[in-house]
Amino acid sequence: MTGLLVQQIGPACSLQDLGRPGYLDRGLSCGGAADVLALHEGAALLGQSPGCAALEMSGLGGRFVAQQHLRIALTGAPMQAVLDDKSLIWNASYAMRAGQVLSIGGARAGVYGYLHVGGGFDAPQILGSRAAHLTAGIGELVQAGDALAICPDPGGPVGQRLPEQARFAGGPLRVLAGFQTPLFAQDVQDRFQTANFQRAARANRMGVQVEAPGQGFAAQGQLNVLSEIIVPGDIQMTGDGQPFVLMSECQTTGGYPRIGTVLPCDLPLIAQAPLGTPIRFQYVDRAAAMTAQAAFEAHLQGLRGKVQPLLRSPAEIGGLLSYQLISGAISATAGMEDWG
Amino acid sequence: MLRGVRNWLTVMRCKGKRVITVGDPTFPVLQHVGLSGLMVSFARQLSEPANRAALAFRQAVDQAGIVGIEESATSLVSVFFRIAPDRFDAVQDRVSDLLATQNWFQTGLPFGRRLWQVPTVYGTDLAPQFEEAAAAAGLSPDAALRDLSTTRVRVLTIGFAPGQPYLGTLGQPWDIPRQTALTPRVPPGALVVALRQFVLFSAETPTGWRHVGQTAFRCFRPDAAQPFALAPGDEMLFEPVSPKDYVRIVAQDGSGNGGATCNEIAA
Repeated sequence: MTGLLVQQIGPACSLQDLGRPGYLDRGLSCGGAADVLALHEGAALLGQSPGCAALEMSGLGGRFVAQQHLRIALTGAPMQAVLDDKSLIWNASYAMRAGQVLSIGGARAGVYGYLHVGGGFDAPQILGSRAAHLTAGIGELVQAGDALAICPDPGGPVGQRLPEQARFAGGPLRVLAGFQTPLFAQDVQDRFQTANFQRAARANRMGVQVEAPGQGFAAQGQLNVLSEIIVPGDIQMTGDGQPFVLMSECQTTGGYPRIGTVLPCDLPLIAQAPLGTPIRFQYVDRAAAMTAQAAFEAHLQGLRGKVQPLLRSPAEIGGLLSYQLISGAISATAGMEDWG
Repeated sequence: MLRGVRNWLTVMRCKGKRVITVGDPTFPVLQHVGLSGLMVSFARQLSEPANRAALAFRQAVDQAGIVGIEESATSLVSVFFRIAPDRFDAVQDRVSDLLATQNWFQTGLPFGRRLWQVPTVYGTDLAPQFEEAAAAAGLSPDAALRDLSTTRVRVLTIGFAPGQPYLGTLGQPWDIPRQTALTPRVPPGALVVALRQFVLFSAETPTGWRHVGQTAFRCFRPDAAQPFALAPGDEMLFEPVSPKDYVRIVAQDGSGNGGATCNEIAA
């Protein structure tokens, strides 16, 4: 047997890569990893393409048994992780020998954690991608008992780490005004920019709801808007004036008015914001948006240069403490037996 | 006014040739969607000429092979271009220049379109809202059947779900509203009607549209070499068959076409 056996798994885990761009005209959104930065970090740690498929774990990981020697990397939302009996630092790469057991618990911050393997996970390529797109009926959630296939790994480094890029505490999201922004009265736009939002209860790979106390943010003539193409990041206002930030697996067209569009480089912040995280929206002009996006792309390109050896130095132990792997309130394995 | 919005308006002024005022845009109009989206809209509301203009303009831009355009798509009356951000301004200029070369409302439809003739059961327990929809349209069941089964409709746009067409336009009687309550689920291949349009559902879904016909046509076939059957601009004709013939078609045609024929429309 080869691959990675799934013994237990959280309720919302799926294989994701960079998605399927190019099919908007056929009603299929790009999809792909909710946190594109995490995908690139895993690729940098393992020295491979960011197009390799990884396991995206929403909120909760699982227990996995290697059926072959593997290289693995852990990125995105930091989760409790134990390889046999050894606690693992997040945002790092490791060797995992055949028979070893990897347990990944709940997220300590953020929402989406990623498990990468050398070579990437294998699955049938549909329209050029291995990513599950559940709303389109492509692929499925990973289930207990699945044996995840793995593409051949040409080999590469392990025992590497990347500094954690803070993006698990919400914050201001930069927004471009768009063609429907003028449908919102100026005072609504002003309130929208100054309101203290929180991530609300409804959130998935299609969209994330945010809410603020007080009046909603309805457009004028809210219901008479012709359906137009949607892009990820669009902030759609539903009938009651509550904003949804649309994510990678959103529909391709929609008739709810949009007050603006979150910059692609800020989408990992909203994707990784757990329930209740403070969120603000800040309009920027095109020049500032271009600069911010270019800096993000440069960061992605430069990730390989930021990879460092994972050393067991006193400084590392300090790092371990800050990750609460030793004295944290949540045991890495407690609760995992309850999944049934 | 917000800086971002002022920036948007400036674009309209310099490339649209006319001063654009919010609330009364003069069409066609170029607008921005996020960092990399450019949208050319031909009307505020759906109309046949505006849909035709969008289809024709998209084909013209695609054929121009403009470097920096990564993807194009049409909605009901607009064309959307996804553009590499570092080429955005240059592409916008080219698109704007092309837009000014002719009156797109008067151009013919794009070439390479196809006519799909799809066996369809109207009414019966396979499509239980046929008679209700006929009544809403103020037509007898016979007149409704004649109308729906002989009107050649165009794929106005594809959206909401993969491969799922919005088809139009049907005659004026079919300007019926969506139901206020949702039908909990209609199966894939369901033909539903409202607002002078059909939708042919690609997956099981709840809907406010009325379920008037049932086909074995699959709009999205993820495991096929060509997962999408339809393209915007294609035409469809939903030809009546008996429930017995429908059952036979389901048993015999595993292609996803549901017994449909497909022919190129002569340019």
